[in-house]
Amino acid sequence: MAERIADAAVTTRGGRVRTVLFALLIPFAIVLVWEGVKFLGGDPWRIQNVLGLGVSFEHRPPLRIGMASDLSLPHVWEVLGSFFEPVQRRSDVSLGQFLVGAALYTWREAALGFLVGALLGLTLASIFIHSRLLERAFVPYVIASQTVPIVALAPMIVFAFGQGVLSVVIIATYLTFFPVTIAGIRGLTSPDPRALELMRSYAASRWAVFWKLRLPASLPYLFTALKISATASIVGAIIGEGPGGIPEGLGRAIINFNQQYISGPEKLWATILVSAVLGILFFSVVRAVELFVLRGRALAAG
Amino acid sequence: MTDGGGSAGETRAVGDPVVSIRGVHKVFQVADGRTRALESIDVDIQRGEFVSLIGPSGCGKSTLLRLIGDLTAPTAGIVTVNGKPARKARLDRDYGMVFQAPVLFDWRTVEGNVRLPLDIMGVRGRERDRRAREMLELVELHDFARHYPRQLSGGMQQRVAIARALAFEPKILLMDEPFGALDEMTRERMNSELLRIWERTKTTIVFVTHSIPEAVFLSSRVIVMSARPGRITNVIDVDLGRPRNEETREQERYFQLVTAVRESLRGRVDGETPVASPDRTMAEGTIG
Amino acid sequence: MADPAVGRGMRGAEAVTTADGTVAGGSGAGVITRGLRRHVDRVGYHLPAAAVFVGTIVLWELSVSALRLQRFILPPPTAIVAALASEADLLRRSALTTLFEAVGGLAIGVIAGLLVAFLTVRSSTARNALLPVAVAANAIPIIAIAPIMNNWFGVLNPLSKMMIVALLVFFPVMINVTRGLTQVEPSVLELMRSYAASEWTILRRVRIPNALPFFFTALKVSTTLSLIGAIVGEYFGGSSEVLGRVIVQSASRLRFDITWAAIFLGAVTGIVFYLLVVAVERLVMPWHASLRGQEG
Repeated sequence: MAERIADAAVTTRGGRVRTVLFALLIPFAIVLVWEGVKFLGGDPWRIQNVLGLGVSFEHRPPLRIGMASDLSLPHVWEVLGSFFEPVQRRSDVSLGQFLVGAALYTWREAALGFLVGALLGLTLASIFIHSRLLERAFVPYVIASQTVPIVALAPMIVFAFGQGVLSVVIIATYLTFFPVTIAGIRGLTSPDPRALELMRSYAASRWAVFWKLRLPASLPYLFTALKISATASIVGAIIGEGPGGIPEGLGRAIINFNQQYISGPEKLWATILVSAVLGILFFSVVRAVELFVLRGRALAAG
Repeated sequence: MTDGGGSAGETRAVGDPVVSIRGVHKVFQVADGRTRALESIDVDIQRGEFVSLIGPSGCGKSTLLRLIGDLTAPTAGIVTVNGKPARKARLDRDYGMVFQAPVLFDWRTVEGNVRLPLDIMGVRGRERDRRAREMLELVELHDFARHYPRQLSGGMQQRVAIARALAFEPKILLMDEPFGALDEMTRERMNSELLRIWERTKTTIVFVTHSIPEAVFLSSRVIVMSARPGRITNVIDVDLGRPRNEETREQERYFQLVTAVRESLRGRVDGETPVASPDRTMAEGTIG
Repeated sequence: MADPAVGRGMRGAEAVTTADGTVAGGSGAGVITRGLRRHVDRVGYHLPAAAVFVGTIVLWELSVSALRLQRFILPPPTAIVAALASEADLLRRSALTTLFEAVGGLAIGVIAGLLVAFLTVRSSTARNALLPVAVAANAIPIIAIAPIMNNWFGVLNPLSKMMIVALLVFFPVMINVTRGLTQVEPSVLELMRSYAASEWTILRRVRIPNALPFFFTALKVSTTLSLIGAIVGEYFGGSSEVLGRVIVQSASRLRFDITWAAIFLGAVTGIVFYLLVVAVERLVMPWHASLRGQEG
């Protein structure tokens, strides 16, 4: 949704360069604020023997901010450094390797749920646009389904389908199909009425109207939803892994590192960072496919 | 060509008419009652004719066109096309449609857009590609086959729409203000272009317009309509010679016919062509 | 995302409001018959959905007894209603606490989102840089941050759940309001310039009214999001008398009747919250509601 405004607003070349610079500056700004808060109100720290000169450096922050303690907000370098440390004591696997593996595992579940959810959503939308009766009968419940938090349903889905990947995929699907259904209904009904008349004048079948007009016209809408669904599918997979009893993914890692927080807060932070990167990557992949598929067309329709 | 100097259009029967409209009424149900969009319409259109429908906004000229194309059904009366009901004609794919907006599909190239009806009608392979190329050459856009619609100007887009409408060789071409959104210069060029195409393809054309000069320049017959309720008030035979070109627009007879159509639109149906001296600025005017 | 769908679902109801307005000038008898027909139409419009609801409940109840499913796997609707009654006290307190977290978080998130949107109105550079970042941040699974919030603000402190809700709500509000404030018809801005209107006047007379529909769209999405966010936050620990904990604990004891009752309560609370915002929207922007009715 948002990037379209950015596209439209960035017109001059200088403006674009400035924007990119600004966007790159923001992660730096976050790190700066992060460490700034710790510098002012974090725990004291010291470096023995700076660069082998035999001098030690010590910093005592002037304030005490509970949120900035090393336990609540570990140093950025500690979070980054933890990637290279072993995931457990006496383990050969580093946290980084473990988390990348966990992220790939979670992504596979999410991608499956994403695919099933997208197909389900598109099928439902296609049915609803062809039958006003079915639309009126079922769309309210499609909407109501999203007021039920998935966390609440997860234990029962797992109970019904057993522990394992199937349950996790179902949970991811549940979060994915909704945006696609709604965007599908909008997109498939979006063609210019005259384009529909044109098809009618060709005596085109419903099938032809769907494949040659409605579906291509709905693509900008569908991609907007698919981008939302990409993120949602990862949320679903992470949530599902807990009750689903999947030990290999990010969901279990979050639960485990949360329990071990006192002994190593940076591990939880590293896991969160990886989850964030995974979400952004999946989103970016869908965005890239969108740019490819919709090339030559204006990216209309938010 | 079936035009010429005939006086009463409807009685000039040369075999069976392509379009025959008998006692058609059309009533629209709207929020605060009913609107009589068309009342007692009787029209015959012969093979190869170029007929314009002209009238003020709301006179039902577009509705009449849509009735012929079976995009809407009459409340009463019969529309026959090529000797069969309009619906049958549509299912037999007798119609090519051109709207005021080009209605091109953004996701298809220019050539892909022209191919659309052929794809739907099951024309495949070489035959399909040959016809698409031929149509693009007809509208002189073969150099733009691989472009996307958004890369073309408004006039070029409308030419693509015409090529698309002609691609499957429809028996009758229905055009709903196809040049209404274009500037005056482009419109005049498109008019000449359309006549050239019409003379080559011999297609029957029904053409809705707001522009008097356009109607006179193009048509073999101009059907003048009035609003509330929509009725045919006059039918004017355009006895200008063919081929028509830029010089046609400067002939005395052209100005007389333009004036005749204008007078009809004002409700003065004198029947005969007025002798009043033509006024350039008036002749260029459009109503709407 | 949810809004257009709901707008579509409510098309019937809104059409009635406008139609009544146009009918008002007609003859007395006409008004009555037309009004009656409208009411019949309105009932007819919702009939399929109601039929599905009743059908599902009946089928559910019958299949549970016919298939002799063990009651704890899929409790029949009657058992859920019974649980709703027997655990009424616990459920009511839990729902109120969860609602409190949701509303508090919604307030924090909405205020923060509005603040950022208004601060970036003047600077297109800041806006262009911030929006991609907001989109990226929106792609972060917020639940991953829930444990951190619990740690920062205390597991038992409702503020920890509020902050999760605030994070969830912040981005849609900020993105939408920014769009509303900046995507103003250029000709309207030119008109204001011709009046030599100050930026402040333009903001007050043009930008804010223009942003209202965008704001309400975000707010409506945010209502259901806020309840989900609160319950997700509770999932990672919290006081035991909240909907999230009741659901997790009853499910682990295989008391699915209580689980379903809590889920039902959560959903109903979300829908009521949503409808409340819709009511406020109509009050604040009567012109907008009628406009939509005409479209439908």
